[in-house]
Amino acid sequence: MSIKNRFVFSLIVSLPMLIEMFLKPFGFMLPGHEWTMFLLATAVMLVSDGPFIQSAWAAFKHHHANMDTLVAIGTATAYFYSIYAMLTHQAVFFESAAFVVTFILLGQVFEDRMRHSASGAVEKLMDLQAKDATVLRDGRLVSIPLSDVAVGDIIQVKPGQKIAVDGVITEGQSTIDESMVTGESMPVTKATGDAVIGSTMNSTGTFMFKASKVGDDTLLAQIVEMVKKAQTSHAPIQRTVDKIADIFVPAVLIIAIATFFVWDVLIGASLVSSMLFAVSVVIIACPCALGIATPTALMVGTGRSAKLGILIKNGEVLEAANTIKTVVFDKTGTITAGHPQVTDIVGDATQVLRVAAALEASSEHPLATAILNRAKTTVVTPAKITNFAAIQGKGVQATVDGHAAFIGNDKLLTDYTLSAAEQATMEHLQQEAKTVVIVGFAGKVIGLIAIQDAPKASSAGAIAALKREGLRTVMLTGDNARVAAAIAAQVGIDDVIADVLPGDKADHVKALQESGPVAFVGDGINDAPALTTADVGIAMGSGTDIAIESGGIVLVKNDLQDVVRALELSKHTFKRIKFNLFWAFIYNTLGIPVAAGVFFGLDLSLSPELAGLGMALSSLSVVASSLLLNRTKLTSAPAVTA
Amino acid sequence: MDKLIVTVVAFGLIAFISWWFFGKHAVKEVAANQAADQQSVDVEVSGGYSPSTVVLKQGIPAQINFNRKDASSCLEQVVFEDFGINDFLPKNEKHSVTIDTSKPGEYDYACGMNMFHGKVIVK
Repeated sequence: MSIKNRFVFSLIVSLPMLIEMFLKPFGFMLPGHEWTMFLLATAVMLVSDGPFIQSAWAAFKHHHANMDTLVAIGTATAYFYSIYAMLTHQAVFFESAAFVVTFILLGQVFEDRMRHSASGAVEKLMDLQAKDATVLRDGRLVSIPLSDVAVGDIIQVKPGQKIAVDGVITEGQSTIDESMVTGESMPVTKATGDAVIGSTMNSTGTFMFKASKVGDDTLLAQIVEMVKKAQTSHAPIQRTVDKIADIFVPAVLIIAIATFFVWDVLIGASLVSSMLFAVSVVIIACPCALGIATPTALMVGTGRSAKLGILIKNGEVLEAANTIKTVVFDKTGTITAGHPQVTDIVGDATQVLRVAAALEASSEHPLATAILNRAKTTVVTPAKITNFAAIQGKGVQATVDGHAAFIGNDKLLTDYTLSAAEQATMEHLQQEAKTVVIVGFAGKVIGLIAIQDAPKASSAGAIAALKREGLRTVMLTGDNARVAAAIAAQVGIDDVIADVLPGDKADHVKALQESGPVAFVGDGINDAPALTTADVGIAMGSGTDIAIESGGIVLVKNDLQDVVRALELSKHTFKRIKFNLFWAFIYNTLGIPVAAGVFFGLDLSLSPELAGLGMALSSLSVVASSLLLNRTKLTSAPAVTA
Repeated sequence: MDKLIVTVVAFGLIAFISWWFFGKHAVKEVAANQAADQQSVDVEVSGGYSPSTVVLKQGIPAQINFNRKDASSCLEQVVFEDFGINDFLPKNEKHSVTIDTSKPGEYDYACGMNMFHGKVIVK
């Protein structure tokens, strides 16, 4: 019989007793009074209380005691005493036993429901998967179940369809809503050569892509796996709780016996009231609120952060994230985009870019890619060129639109001259650690292009937010001090450690740990040791697999703002755990003396029924408080998207 | 006279509870049934896990077959923290959990509320 059915049964059977309790002062009695009560209570004991007693007995044989032990002993004491009382014509307490069972089952029904909604995050993620895919087989498009899709399959995706697995677009383009995986609310435009993520939603175009990861290897499957592990893990604080819970139940039984002994023998109260005090102690003490305080908060917290594209691997990381004093960033790919970009264009931007792109189109220099990318995004069509030639160590030249054109570094200045203003701009840009190229057309310099591995748009804001939280920010980089200092100035980072050899990153993290716990944010293979050494390793989701494996927190979106969000969510979750534990402990520690009748002189005492109701409420309040984490406001959160 | 009996019974019970729950009681270790490329062990879930400690051989794929007889909602979930397993155990049905035996060590597992504990030893 399910918990819910047991509850409904005991509620219906208890109702007549409840009615009698309220109407007794007006002279109403159930027909057959005590015998009717006896029969009703017996039914409750057998049907609804039976499983508690069974479970308590099974645990007892294992030298264990749990909350079922307390429920079983409490209700059985009230019930058997009442049979004795009925036979000897004294006041009976059948309703106490029945009500306690009803209330505790009520608590469990709600708790069950809420626990399932707390653990629903993983199932919801799995539901995001497409059920089938349209795959090219033998030149024809056929629909096959998701499980049959293999690596290398060419898959067609139509507007409004879900992308089945991870892969790379081979044909066509579209905008794709990736919010379910990355938490990013804006749809992204993707074309041939771009990677697509399984389970995300295609919105406008039709395209074909080649499957690169299927089954358990897909990003979604890995996210699910990580979230599952995080949700089953325990925060270290839980271990203390477990130790207490293990000795708690037997200790409560001893306290209950002592309560009975004190009231009956030392104070000389009646057998009935002594027993009621002892039963109340047993009922109020059920430590289930204590048991669920940590797991439910952890579940809700990690589930919510996963929805934002922040994967927290386990409870230990979450607890450690609270103590962080210093956040250390890797530079390339973490603070910066990781590849050179055009940052400034001096002169007529369109004209400069048009000529520059034309000249660089045939070049394989890494800086050329930056210029071509910029031309592509600003939709400048490169001019047609002839007579292309490279000038060794200086740049390239060619004929563009019938005129001689060139692009190159400042060594070309022996052949051309810059105006004073251009010279000043160039020096200024170089001081910012940018690489400057000169663009010339028809015999004179027409502009400058500055190129740099520039910070991501979000970096400065994220670092400012961390500093507001009172955290020290440090940048570790293998780059030279000048470049490092320039980037640091742009994003406002506190300290810079430059010229770090790849193998020394972990040592620097260790040194920083002497002044307090350190979080390290990085993405490369060379960051893996530092990620592991740091108290909290935060890996960029775009990073290498080994970095993701070494990090305790993974940021799917590669956005530094998520570092702020991750730390903030961890703090909220941990605070909630402590809050839950505090209330669960307070409830039990205050509840027991009240139930034992310590404050009886102040007219403050608990009947077993009230104790049962209180016990149900305490579990409910803990679960509800955990669920509230879903609604906690984040100062750094983006506009919420449904 | 009544008071004397109550006193004796009360102290007797306290002593018994202390001994039964806090005293040291030997835990039996049970080794898994070995087949050529497979090992399995049955664990009954009733007021705890019996046997609560199972021994598995390293490197051989292993399964633990849980059979829950207990109605307690406490025990309806089994959590292996180290393996990221959090499974629902249907009542009175066999539910197999596959254990990764590639690394030797002691792996604790527990019920959903972490009130009951079991242990898997891989060696």
